[in-house]
Amino acid sequence: MNAAPVLNPFALFFASIFTSNILLANFLGMCSFISISKDMKSSNGLGMAVTVVLTVTTALNWVILNYVLIPLNVQYLRYIVFIISIAAVVQMLEMIIDRVSQALYMSLGIFLPLITVNCAILGVSLFMEIRNYTFLQSVIYGLGSGLGWWLAIMLLSAIRKKTEKAPVPAGLKGPGITVITIGFMAMAFIGFSGMLAVQ
Amino acid sequence: MTFDMLFFVAPAAIGGISAGLAALISITDKIVNNYGDITIDINNGKKELVVKGGQPMLFGLAGEGIFVPSACGGRGSCGACKVKVKSDVGPVMPTEVPYLTKEELADDIRLSCQIKLKQDVDIEIPEELFNVQEFQATIERIRDVTHDIKEVYCKLPEGMEITFTSGQYGQFEVPPYDKVKEKTMRAYSMSSPPSDKNHLEFLIRLVPGGIVTSYVHQYLQEGQKVRLVGPFGDFFVRDTDAQMICVAGGSGMAPFKSIFQDMLDRGTFDDRDIWYFFGARTKKDVYYLDWLYKLDEEHERFHFVPALSEPQPEDNWDGPTGLITEVLDSYLKNTISQETPKEGYLCGSPGMLDACIKVMGDNDMETEKIYFDKFA
Repeated sequence: MNAAPVLNPFALFFASIFTSNILLANFLGMCSFISISKDMKSSNGLGMAVTVVLTVTTALNWVILNYVLIPLNVQYLRYIVFIISIAAVVQMLEMIIDRVSQALYMSLGIFLPLITVNCAILGVSLFMEIRNYTFLQSVIYGLGSGLGWWLAIMLLSAIRKKTEKAPVPAGLKGPGITVITIGFMAMAFIGFSGMLAVQ
Repeated sequence: MTFDMLFFVAPAAIGGISAGLAALISITDKIVNNYGDITIDINNGKKELVVKGGQPMLFGLAGEGIFVPSACGGRGSCGACKVKVKSDVGPVMPTEVPYLTKEELADDIRLSCQIKLKQDVDIEIPEELFNVQEFQATIERIRDVTHDIKEVYCKLPEGMEITFTSGQYGQFEVPPYDKVKEKTMRAYSMSSPPSDKNHLEFLIRLVPGGIVTSYVHQYLQEGQKVRLVGPFGDFFVRDTDAQMICVAGGSGMAPFKSIFQDMLDRGTFDDRDIWYFFGARTKKDVYYLDWLYKLDEEHERFHFVPALSEPQPEDNWDGPTGLITEVLDSYLKNTISQETPKEGYLCGSPGMLDACIKVMGDNDMETEKIYFDKFA
């Protein structure tokens, strides 16, 4: 497959949310997905933070990749460089949010450091490179993936609220039933995958 | 590109990108974290401090000589640095919630180490904190009083004096050592009397794994300089005629040593009945016996009751035995006058204190007249 079919930014946007959801199609960013989804309010905060960080870092990493790494012919440094830039962006975002809005800092602040090590963030930057996205496509793909992640964690935490009260076998309580739930969710999402292809 | 160049380009690229991002962070920090000068108004204009914004309130206050008690040094893990914040400084942080009760939350009490100074604030703190000072004291003498308790006698810097009420405590800071990477402070009751204005004495018991106690027992040397901050605390003798029922264990001796010496100094030691119960396991855990027995002998109204819970055969112990709670209970029921009102003064581990408070309550002592200093 090549990248040609998805040139339409809107198609890419919806594809990254639904048909190629970073969590449910690629299974990236699972650790915080499973642990934080216990609580709906925290899930919302983390989802928001992931969306912001994904959008900004994908854009920044596109610039670094195309204006520094490729001209110098050192693409193999992408892993370390992308991680450094993600860490730096998270640091700066934390400071700016702290200054600009106390309320937003309260809801996002504690999740931001957690995001530095979220593999979905690095994953999106790497997909952006593999699929040769343009700058606009990268930003849209980053934003869409973030929204997709946000949507998925909200859905899961809503389902977990139900399963908490459900008569789950003792051995499956907690993470066990959560992983099974994620499997069902993934199957449902993969049902869309034939509609649009981003890969 | 040749191999040599590649060898050079990769580190340069990473270095360059890192440097660029680091510069960006520094610039953002300079712009975003510059809050200018902030005015802190304390107790409705009693004091006004102008400090640099952007730092935690605890440090801003300490920089101007107001030492809000803090055992963890501003890491938000002790919950001691509570202040009442009257102006709006944003919602309570998740890091503060575990340390605040419902009443405190309703009363705008916050942890000063978690509040970043961003705009002018109005706060309220206990007036006695104005009296809190910081000393670079010199260790004058370290003495073993039991196998695990050291008496540490510190000399305050030349020309500096401390004014405190016996029963209060001070913060003792030790430098980083071994695996401990930060300076650490812990609170200890003063065991010296207030009349000794140039010295402070502490009784420090070795707590296995304790950062400060391990340092004091293994590394602290005579002649060394340590930072002390104090005085703090509201554990002191109430000025009444009631009988004092004092109970201590281990290094809980400290405030009572100071209190009794202070009463002797001021000539009030014989004005009321004092019962001093001291609980220990074996004879090697009790100390200052000579001094206390002598006080007991010379002062009719002072009664010293040491009790051993596990006396060893070689101890030749003929005093009371059993848990301090049992001894206290029996004395309250059989020996101590029922007519005169009583006040309780307790210092020791939380377990011992809670048990003693229960015994006192069961013997009809009023809970609000039981004062205590709990080891945290």
